[in-house]
Amino acid sequence: MKVAIIRFPGTNCDRDVYHALELAGGEPEYAWWNQRDLSSFDGIIIPGGFSYGDYLRAGAIAAITPVINGIKDAVEAGKPVLGICNGAQILAEIGLVPGVFTNNSHAKFLCRWTELKVKTTRTPFTSMYSTGDIIRMPIAHAEGRYYNDEIQKLKDQDQVVLAFEGENPNGSMEAITGVCDEDGLVCAVMPHPERASEVILGSDDGLKFFKGMVDY
Amino acid sequence: MKYDAEVKISLKKGILNPEAATIQRALALLKYQVENTKTLQIIKFSIEGDSEDSVRQKVDEMCQKLLCNPVIHNYEIGITPED
Repeated sequence: MKVAIIRFPGTNCDRDVYHALELAGGEPEYAWWNQRDLSSFDGIIIPGGFSYGDYLRAGAIAAITPVINGIKDAVEAGKPVLGICNGAQILAEIGLVPGVFTNNSHAKFLCRWTELKVKTTRTPFTSMYSTGDIIRMPIAHAEGRYYNDEIQKLKDQDQVVLAFEGENPNGSMEAITGVCDEDGLVCAVMPHPERASEVILGSDDGLKFFKGMVDY
Repeated sequence: MKYDAEVKISLKKGILNPEAATIQRALALLKYQVENTKTLQIIKFSIEGDSEDSVRQKVDEMCQKLLCNPVIHNYEIGITPED
C-alpha cells in the first residue's frame, strides 16, 4: 500500500511515521501541504507536530491548505486516512471527524505513556486489535482535550476509537482520545502509535495501527 | 473605502477555559479574589470594501472558514470606517 505522509511547516513526526509504516510493510512517501492531488496514493497519514506554530488553534491553518482537497478526495474514494496528534487536530478542524481537540484541562504540555482501551475495531487502523484491548502508547500534546456537543450520537454510531484507561490526563470528555468518521475510514487519535511501534521504544502496541492500514 | 475590523472570539458558555482558570488561581496567589475570569482573543485588521454591511459579511465568512471553530466559539464583529 502506497501511503502519503503529509508534511506542513512545523510537522515533526513525519520520519517516525515513515519508519513505522515501513516496519508494517507499507510504502510511505512524503507529500507537501501544497500538493492538491493525492490520487496516486492508497491511503494518507497526517503526522504529529506543530503545523504553522499552532497559531490561532492547533490545526486551524493547516486545515485550509491545498492538500486538504486531496485528503477530502481520498475520503470520498474510500481510502483510509489517519491523523495522529496534530494530524488528529487537523482532521477535527476540517470536520472530517466530529468534535474538537482543545486545550488540556490543566495548563500543561503532557508528554507521557498512557494506557488506552480500544473501543472499536471497525476502522482499518484498529482492525487487528480486539475491542476492549488495553494498549500502551505515548501522548505529547497541549491541546488534546476532546470535546463534542453530540457525544451520545458519537457513541451510538460507534465512532469512539480510543479512550484513556485509568487516568484521564487531559480532561477529555468520557476520556475519549481517538474518534472516527461515520464510515470508520477516517481516524483521528491523539496518542502516537508510531512512538510505540518497536519494543526498543518501550512498546510495540501501536504497530498494528499501521499493519491494519497496510492490510486494508 | 477602508474599514477597521475587529473580531472578538470567546468560548461558548459552559466550555472549560483552562487559561482563565490558571489566571484566576494566580490572582488568588496575590490575594485578589475574583470570579468568572474569562480570556478572549481579538483579531484586528484593515479591509477595503463598498459598505459596512458588505465588509461585515466578508468578515463573518472569515470567522466561519478560519478564525473560529463553531464547535466551541462565539464571535462578535466590529466594523468602523477608518479615519
